[in-house]
Amino acid sequence: MEPLRDLLFDYTIRNVALGSAVLGTVGGALGSFAVLRRQGLLGDALAHATLPGVCVAFMLTGSKSPAILLLGAALSAGLGALFILAVVGGTRIKQDAALGIVLSVFFGAGIVLLTFIAGSGDAGQSGLDRFIFGQAATIVRADVVTMGLLAAAAVVLLALFFKEFKLLSFDPAFAASLGFPVRALNVLLTALIVVAVVVGIQAVGVVLMAAMLITPAAAARQWTDRLSVMVSLSAAFGAASGVCGALISASGSNLPTGPLIVLVATGVLVVSLLLGRRHGFVWAWLAGRRNRREVLGRGGAS
Amino acid sequence: MRLVKTEAPPAASPLEVSGVTAAYGSEPVLWDVSFRVPEGQLVAVVGPNGAGKTTLLKVVMGLMEPAAGRATVFGKPFSKARQLVGYVPQRGSVDWDFPTDALDVVQMGLYGKLGWFRRPGRREREKAMECLEKVGMAEFAGRQISQLSGGQQQRIFLARALAQEARLYLTDEPFAGVDYKTEQAIVELLRDLKAAGGTVVVVHHDLATVPDYFDRVVILNRRLVAEGPVEEVFTRENVSDAYGGAVSYLAGAE
Repeated sequence: MEPLRDLLFDYTIRNVALGSAVLGTVGGALGSFAVLRRQGLLGDALAHATLPGVCVAFMLTGSKSPAILLLGAALSAGLGALFILAVVGGTRIKQDAALGIVLSVFFGAGIVLLTFIAGSGDAGQSGLDRFIFGQAATIVRADVVTMGLLAAAAVVLLALFFKEFKLLSFDPAFAASLGFPVRALNVLLTALIVVAVVVGIQAVGVVLMAAMLITPAAAARQWTDRLSVMVSLSAAFGAASGVCGALISASGSNLPTGPLIVLVATGVLVVSLLLGRRHGFVWAWLAGRRNRREVLGRGGAS
Repeated sequence: MRLVKTEAPPAASPLEVSGVTAAYGSEPVLWDVSFRVPEGQLVAVVGPNGAGKTTLLKVVMGLMEPAAGRATVFGKPFSKARQLVGYVPQRGSVDWDFPTDALDVVQMGLYGKLGWFRRPGRREREKAMECLEKVGMAEFAGRQISQLSGGQQQRIFLARALAQEARLYLTDEPFAGVDYKTEQAIVELLRDLKAAGGTVVVVHHDLATVPDYFDRVVILNRRLVAEGPVEEVFTRENVSDAYGGAVSYLAGAE
């Protein structure tokens, strides 16, 4: 029961758990839309694209305050998103190639900048590399407040525009015929995904952040055929994975947080794939067996 | 003395296309197309692949800016008249694995009237249920949409357009990939819409059924080949002009 007591009373662990719950919630909720719109890899590219932004923000200001670093991350990811749109719209390069280009170029630039900062001997630089794989143990109160505000804004907007986002994701041509500004809604939804990514990179890291968008959503889809339920369930799965992974990481094991959170989320996905009430393998197998027996039984009777 | 202004006479055509030229890049897809659809008619738009049928719909709905000319709906640009239009996109244009059920899809037809932020409530659910009944799909209201047959999915899309309570319906290949029985049911439905005073424009592929199903036909091959009542303009000459060559199975159509 010691981890539970720590969760309630230990200041550090409480921050870590809160921060991870926030990132899991917002990642899971928005990830549902990313997955349904087949934009899982967009999240991956945008997550990688945040790294140079974090570095440049630090180099310009010398500050490691979460608000400044995350602002840099968001601007950099936004730049990446614009670049993808420009490449897809203005050249014959297709979306997958454009995503690949942005992911590798931005991440490469980020690593170069990280190395440069490390070599510059700036005493304040230690710890920026935590953005690669995430380090939940370094989450302090200021981080939790920043993450919480960003996540709350994203979730409120998602709730407000839920009907519009659903229509946009299911049938954009029909949405346009009703007069909804499809392009603007697209930009807004992508911006919210950027916010989810930015909230998560400190704890999970840019390399694995996409998993926090994709895995809980894929798991939630196995349990329901309703979008609203899927989004809530995905948020809950994300939050639970975040808290479990971060607690294991922060309770002295010194393992990087991102991979641990992702492993927990993957466990949830595996269980869901097997047992999910709507689409799980086990139920499908049982139903198939029952149907076969019924059909054969009927055939034999006639 | 000023006269009290009464409502404008409903003389404007449900759909008027005047001199529309549209292009993707430098490739013109529609060239100087003009026609006028009278109210209360079932109208087929036919033409070979690449004839510009889908582009025409896009121009009409303001999703594509024409290089020249304009299209009006009841005398106004589409953006000012969209409440009067119901739209049925191609069935293949959406992902039917999307986590939603039949009733929910039909309710989407009411989102335009609901406007921003407001969620569908009981009234919308009842209205959607009514529309499902009209297409004979009431018992499938709670069915996940991937578990419907192609014909049932098409009827869900029609029910969604019914919910829009429009006076002009634009439908993009509603008969694609449905069986004979469903096709008959859909035709019946389109005739009901017409009987209720609606105008229905159908992008259509099957030339053989044009005389049976439609009052008027628009024959398109980038330029307008012919437009008018089926019995007058749906001739072998016009059709082979559009499709370029002998169209043998139309032997009896003349």
